[in-house]
Amino acid sequence: MDHSSIAIIIVGILLFLGCFLIFVASVGIVRFPDFYSRLHPAGKTDSMGQAMILVSLMIYEGFTLATIKLIIIVLFIFIVNPTATHALANAAHAGGVVPWRKGEKKR
Amino acid sequence: MFYWAAIIIILCAMLVLYRAIKGPIICDRVLAINAIGTKAVILIALSGYIFERPHFLDIALTYALINFIATIAFQKYREMGRLD
Repeated sequence: MDHSSIAIIIVGILLFLGCFLIFVASVGIVRFPDFYSRLHPAGKTDSMGQAMILVSLMIYEGFTLATIKLIIIVLFIFIVNPTATHALANAAHAGGVVPWRKGEKKR
Repeated sequence: MFYWAAIIIILCAMLVLYRAIKGPIICDRVLAINAIGTKAVILIALSGYIFERPHFLDIALTYALINFIATIAFQKYREMGRLD
């Protein structure tokens, strides 16, 4: 498969942005003070980061059967990741986890 | 190009692993495992492209399903105390 240089550049940029977002999500999960605040990077930036990387794979692939599989994966994770973090927050709240207040020690 | 993306994602997964180990409460650990799961899905898709194997994408989709079910099963067990 020959690739026009434009496609390679676009794939490179999207890969870089995707990896950057995933790195930001990982640092956010490690550094945030409380469980509820850690849900934010896990739910949001993680799903956006994987979308960018998989879209760059789609562009690299052109339009074949694999692209349809990639589209299914991206849509699935877009729907699933926020749902999982919402259910996680719900279970934690039911389990009696108190949200962090400013000035408290990092939990 | 894909090699570098895969390497960076592995390093990020190790970062999240720290939170999985240290996480004070159980929910932190489940959160970290969920995050590592989505990173694994991306890694499978990327390695499918690195090693020229297109059927890795089916594995990535299946793993995304399993990862979600695992998180939801944990929360159901935590809330209701049993799974049936």
